[in-house]
Amino acid sequence: MNGVAPDVKWERFPHDADIGVRGWGASPAEAFEQAALALTRVATDAEVRELVRVEVRCEAPDIELLFVEWLNAIIFEMATRNMLFGRFKVNIIGTQLEGSLWGEPVDVARHTPACEPKGATYTELKVAREEDGRWSAACVIDV
Amino acid sequence: MDISRLTKVDATTWRIEPHGAMRVPAIIYADESLLRDIDDKVYEQAANVATLPGIVGASYAMPDAHWGYGFPIGGVAAFDPEDGGVVSAGGVGFDISCGVRSMLTGLKVTDIVRVQNSLAESLFEQIPAGLGSKGAITLDDAEMDAMLRGGARWAIDHGWGELRDLERIEEGGTMAGAQPECISERAKKRQQREMGTLGSGNHYLEVQAIVEIYDATVARAFGLVQDEVVVTIHCGSRGLGHQIGTEFLKEMVTTAKDAGIELPDRELACAPIRSEVGERYLGAMRGAINCALANREILGHFARRVFKHFFPTHDLALLYDVSHNTCKVERHEVDGKQRELYVHRKGATRAFGPGHAELPEALRPIGQPVLIGGSMGTGSHILVGTETSEKKAFSSACHGAGRALSRHAALKLWSGRALIEELATEGILIRSPSMRGVAEEAPGAYKDVGAVVAAAEHAGLAHRVARLRPLICIKG
Repeated sequence: MNGVAPDVKWERFPHDADIGVRGWGASPAEAFEQAALALTRVATDAEVRELVRVEVRCEAPDIELLFVEWLNAIIFEMATRNMLFGRFKVNIIGTQLEGSLWGEPVDVARHTPACEPKGATYTELKVAREEDGRWSAACVIDV
Repeated sequence: MDISRLTKVDATTWRIEPHGAMRVPAIIYADESLLRDIDDKVYEQAANVATLPGIVGASYAMPDAHWGYGFPIGGVAAFDPEDGGVVSAGGVGFDISCGVRSMLTGLKVTDIVRVQNSLAESLFEQIPAGLGSKGAITLDDAEMDAMLRGGARWAIDHGWGELRDLERIEEGGTMAGAQPECISERAKKRQQREMGTLGSGNHYLEVQAIVEIYDATVARAFGLVQDEVVVTIHCGSRGLGHQIGTEFLKEMVTTAKDAGIELPDRELACAPIRSEVGERYLGAMRGAINCALANREILGHFARRVFKHFFPTHDLALLYDVSHNTCKVERHEVDGKQRELYVHRKGATRAFGPGHAELPEALRPIGQPVLIGGSMGTGSHILVGTETSEKKAFSSACHGAGRALSRHAALKLWSGRALIEELATEGILIRSPSMRGVAEEAPGAYKDVGAVVAAAEHAGLAHRVARLRPLICIKG
C-alpha cells in the first residue's frame, strides 16, 4: 500500500456501503492476524480484554479463499459467543488454517459496538506479497 | 458514472448496449443527476449480470443503485429455468429477505410529541438493537425448524403478533418451499438467540410523521392521513441469512465452474436453478425469508406492546411488510407470453400493480405498498406499484436512498453525539448504543431519497403516495 509506514500493520478502508479490512505482516499468517484486528475495529474502537481463548480451524483451495474463511470463522465466533476478540494467532499449513482468538464477552456500555460484521466477501479480495516484501491480506466486510 | 457509455432512452431510462459476453442489455433507471453520481462499478456489475445464463429481458438497476457484491445493490434480474437460468446467492445478498414493514397507529403527531422522550426511551429499552444485544427468545432445534417453515405465522402462533397481519405480509406471512434441512447447523446456531433483534448498520425502528401526501386517493385506501404517525421497521434474517449467504456463495463458485459458467466476478457465483445446489439454495433461502418475516412480526409485536402502554386505546395495524433482498418465483408477461421466472431483487422492492392476485382484497384494486427507507434526518416514502411496474422491471422499484458516502468518509465528517443533538433540535430523537454507528449513518452520507423516488415515479416503476419524517429512530 503506497504511503503507509512499515510499522502500520492494519487498516480499515472505504467501500460504498460497507468497510474493507487489510492487514500486513512478514508472512500471510501475520497479515491474516493483523486483518483480524481491523475486523474487530469495524465493531469497536474500545479496548478488548483477552479473557477467553477460542480455537478455530478452516480450509480453502487457495490462500485468498482461506483468508475469507478465516474472517468468516471469526465472525461466526463473535456472533454465536457474543464476544469481541483483541488478539489473534494464525498457523497456516497448506490449505488449512488453525487460529487462536483471545477476547471477552461484548460489554455494550464499555465497547459501544458500532457495526456488526455480517460476512467477509470476495470484493477487493487480495492476498499478495508487496514490493517492500511484506504480505498483505484484504477484503470488504458486509456490515 | 460516465454517461457517454450509455444510450439515453428517455429522461430516466438508460441502456448499456449488449457487448462482450452480455446476453441482454442492461437498463439503469435514474435521472441524469443521479446517474452521474452512481459509481462506475454499477455499470460494470449491471453488465456482468447480463452475461449470466437464462437471463430474461434485461439486467436492471434501480435509481438508488450502488456498488454491491456481484450484483449491484438496486439490481433486478429474472431467469428462466427452461432456458438454463441460474439462481445466485450474491444476487439475493447476505441479508436474505431484509425488508421493511410499516404499521399505522391512528395517532396524531401531537400525541407523540407529548410523550416523545419517554416513548423513545421505552422503545430503546424494549427493542434489542446492535451487536451484543440480547434477544429474549431462544430456539431449540424443533422450534428453529418450525420457525423456518412457518415464518410470521409461527410468530403469531407463539403470541408474537396478530392473525390479521398475515394478509398484509408478502406470501401471506409464510414462504412456501422452505427446507430447514438445507440450512447448515452453523447457520441455525447463529440464529438461536437472535429472534426479535433489530441488528445494526442501516437497520432501524422509526416512529414517523406523515408530512406530505402525493396521492390522496391511494393514501386514503392505505389508511395514511397527513399529520398522523406510522411505525416502520427495517431489518432482515439476522445471522441465519448471513451465514446461508456466505456458505452458498463459496459453494456456488465451484458449482458455476463445474456447470461451465464463465464468471466475470467471483461474487456472481451461481448455480443452475435445475441443479442439486440450486434447489438446495432455494430451500435454504426460503427458510431465511421465513426467518426475516418472523423477526419483523416479533419486532412489530414488541413495538405494539410499548405503544399499548402509552396509548391503551390505540392498535397498530399493519399496512404492509415487503422484502428487498430475495429471489421469488413469479409469472410475468414477456413478449406477450406468460413465463415462470426466478426474479432476483437485490436491494429492490417488489412493486405489484393493481389487480395482482398476490395482493389482499383491500389492496388489490390499488396496488402494492412499496416502502422506501431513507435516512435518520431526511425521512422515508411510501409508493404504490403501478400498471407499468411489470413491463419496466418485472414489478420492481428502488428500496432506499442508497449511500453517497462510505462509512469511513462519514466518520471523518460527523460526530454521533453532535448529530444526535442537532437532530433533536429538529424534533428527531435518535437512540443508539453506538455514537460511531450514528455517525456512520449520518443523513448526509445518503443520497437524496426524494430524488430517488421521483426518478422511480418518472420511470414508471412505482407511484409516490406519501412522505414520512422521523420523530424517533432506534438504531443498532
